[in-house]
Amino acid sequence: MITRKFTLGSVFLYGTLVLLALFFLMPAYMAAVTALKMPADISLPSAWEWPSVINWSSFSQAIEKLKPDFINSIILTICATIGSTMLGSLNGYVFSKWQFKGSEVIFTLFLFGMFIPYQVILIPLFQTLRAMNLYGGLPGLILAHIVYGLPITSLIFRNFYAQIPTALIESARLDGAGFFSIYLRIVFPLSIPGFVVTSLWQFTQIWNEFLWGICLTRHTANPITVGLANLAGGQAVTWNLPMAGSIMAALPVLAIYIFLGRYFIRGLLAGSVKE
Amino acid sequence: MREASRDKWKAFLTLLPSMILIGVFVYGFIGNTIWTSMTDWGGVGSLALDPQKNFVGLENYVDLFTGFLGGGFRQDLVNAVYYSVMLLAGAVGLGMFIAILLDQKPKGEDVLRTIFLYPMSLSFIVSGTIWRWLLAPQGGVNVLPKYFGFEPLTFKWLSSQSAVLVFNWQDILRILVSFVAFALILTGIYMLRKDQSKAIKRLLVPGIALGAFVWLFGDIIPDALFMEEEHGFNLATLGIIMATIWQYSGYTMALYLAGFNGISQDLRDAAMLDGASQAGYYRHVAIPMLKPITISAVIILSHISLKMFDLIFAMTGPDNAATGHPALTMYLTTFRANDFAKGAAIAIVLFLIAAMFIVPYLIGQYRQRGRH
Repeated sequence: MITRKFTLGSVFLYGTLVLLALFFLMPAYMAAVTALKMPADISLPSAWEWPSVINWSSFSQAIEKLKPDFINSIILTICATIGSTMLGSLNGYVFSKWQFKGSEVIFTLFLFGMFIPYQVILIPLFQTLRAMNLYGGLPGLILAHIVYGLPITSLIFRNFYAQIPTALIESARLDGAGFFSIYLRIVFPLSIPGFVVTSLWQFTQIWNEFLWGICLTRHTANPITVGLANLAGGQAVTWNLPMAGSIMAALPVLAIYIFLGRYFIRGLLAGSVKE
Repeated sequence: MREASRDKWKAFLTLLPSMILIGVFVYGFIGNTIWTSMTDWGGVGSLALDPQKNFVGLENYVDLFTGFLGGGFRQDLVNAVYYSVMLLAGAVGLGMFIAILLDQKPKGEDVLRTIFLYPMSLSFIVSGTIWRWLLAPQGGVNVLPKYFGFEPLTFKWLSSQSAVLVFNWQDILRILVSFVAFALILTGIYMLRKDQSKAIKRLLVPGIALGAFVWLFGDIIPDALFMEEEHGFNLATLGIIMATIWQYSGYTMALYLAGFNGISQDLRDAAMLDGASQAGYYRHVAIPMLKPITISAVIILSHISLKMFDLIFAMTGPDNAATGHPALTMYLTTFRANDFAKGAAIAIVLFLIAAMFIVPYLIGQYRQRGRH
């Protein structure tokens, strides 16, 4: 191994990896540098340069502007994540351990809901929420996220529960346990990793969502993505504010990704429908 | 046994609420949008609780594809096709390349993997905002060469008006038929080694016949429009493609890396013993083995590129027609212009394109599950 260290191959390998890593980090660097500059110091030709004076006030300004949206996003994300993972867990339990005639067809029909471009359901969703008096507020948005989260959460839990040996379920049934007691006493306690993976996945998806946020909520119930788009949307913006806002909107999901990356990746892989 | 059948009922009843929700919110809503797309819902009274809608058949679709005012939509559709193809090639290619590099187990692999994957966790609005700043003219990416002693670039990433690969929309039907012929011939040649007679009968002969037909009698195929209308790949879209590849190649990398790790070391050693080089191992052993992963990645990325809305919204805003996309136009038509019927028709076009590859994929998955 020692002799291979400085071969042409390894120079190429590390060189390419470093270049690629720089390319991937470039936007993060740019966002941080711009957010930390004094607004007057921001100019296009010197965009890459490190700020001469570190200025944290952009962050406090961004927090002030985005705080209501941030709180909306937290409420929305937590409620919708809990709803869709609980239902998804029950569905996954049925799909993997209590298959009945036609359940595979139903499962496939569920999955289809995951792959449709959401534009196709947007107009009736808007109408239905209006008819239910849920348009404009958080409850309607939460409902939408729960329903359209069902395909992916059912899929992840189905694949997760497939790993629980059927013999375990069978023996519990022989001991007289029924549908719900098997779920509560055996399956649910074994589901903690499944819940972690699914809720992390749902959390990031719901936190990052924009289309429903902008179409289905009024100003007071806007999630953070909509708030950020409004902050950055104007023509005469000074860029320190949108950059600080971007960092703020990204922080919760970035924190999840950095600290719980293993589960995040597992959710990512589970979402690609392979078993 | 009565106990068991009662449990089966409980299982069914547990699933029932989700079935109803999905039934209404997915299938019912799709049906509703199809119906809406065949009405004239729009205009002044469109936001009333019980708006007036009249059935107009396929008029909205005819308008979109051949009408005078549909030109913008047709450009968006062309953009979307180029965008999808380039995103697929870029994200799958780069992701696979990084996965192969990381599969060599370099030092710091964990850190590198984290760096390559973090964009995936961000919202499109966040990445769109940052990339818009990075692609600003006279700044960002354009001034980078300055630091290496070169002249700065002057490319107008998000506002360029020049287009390449331009074609006349009048010829769209002829182009589509030639495309089908070309695809048939190509798959035929690919299949030739596996099943010769089937490849010739079902693919090569029809493909060549179709191709010859367009070439010789193409004039019979009607013009799609009565006037010339040129569409092409707008260069302003390049910036958006770059941002999307940046965000999603980490995802394909994670898929391939998981796949590579799943291949047993024995198989790799065996390939090496048989004299395979590193490149040969990936070319002939590893990548063909990961075909299901490639298919999943292609399906998911196509789905993402078809519904792409947030990133374009954040990068060029709703006003730049040059980087338009049907998903964005759908939003603007419906919720800004209040033309619900036209918006629904655009949504259905997107849906049909998506269904074209999702339905076969899901049926394939379903059959595969049945076999186990």
